[in-house]
Amino acid sequence: MPWYFLALAGLAGGLVGGMGMGGGTLLIPILTMILGVDQHTAQALNLLVFIPTGIIAVLIHAKNKLIDYKVFCIVVLPAIATAVGAALIVGKVKSETLGIIFGIFLILVGLFELFLAIRNSINNKKKIKKPVLKHNLYPPRDRDI
Amino acid sequence: MTAKKVCGLLAAGVFIGVINGFFGGGGGMICVPALLLLGLANKNAQATAILIMLPISIASAIVYYSNGFVEWDMVLYVSIGSVIGGIVGAYLLKKLSNNVLQYIFALVVIAAGIKMLI
Repeated sequence: MPWYFLALAGLAGGLVGGMGMGGGTLLIPILTMILGVDQHTAQALNLLVFIPTGIIAVLIHAKNKLIDYKVFCIVVLPAIATAVGAALIVGKVKSETLGIIFGIFLILVGLFELFLAIRNSINNKKKIKKPVLKHNLYPPRDRDI
Repeated sequence: MTAKKVCGLLAAGVFIGVINGFFGGGGGMICVPALLLLGLANKNAQATAILIMLPISIASAIVYYSNGFVEWDMVLYVSIGSVIGGIVGAYLLKKLSNNVLQYIFALVVIAAGIKMLI
């Protein structure tokens, strides 16, 4: 497989990830469906590709004091334990079966993202309406004229 | 921090780990809304989620590697594209104010999911 196909797949995933949406959820199906990469290999690839980008992002966020370390400490321990457990189990699942489970996962993620998008749209509309309310703050005399 | 919040964070950790370990990704998409739900501000939730995802991804990647699923040349090429895409994406995010992209992303992901099932 030409290297630039892989770089383009990475570019697409990175673009989406950089915009705050799930880069990996897009990168994995691009790798498996378009480039024919094995499901397990694509998943491993996504995990490793995240590491350098993640380190850079964490350094920037730490500098800006945006990280809640207390929350991190509580979440990370059970997360590591279950992540290792799940990764051990996934090694025993057949690639075809994993592809089907991943497909279901994608549909659920997509529906969740759709729900978030709709909620954002509703919130944005509320924000736009706010200046109209300011109109009521004008002195009654102005409105009466 | 209340006991209820600690329990919520622990439960979120369990769930995020399972998803990210099993699917090799997607944990961040659950982590950010979970942290928002548990009271973190938007920027703090995004930043903390990335730090949470780092050790999880490293730990899962070690297991995937030990199972022989890592192809390093592929990792190198995809990483190059991903870092460039990440920078451009973060830059574009500042320029785009509406959430049309979020709708497109959701529909593309659903379509990809359906295609994987057929």
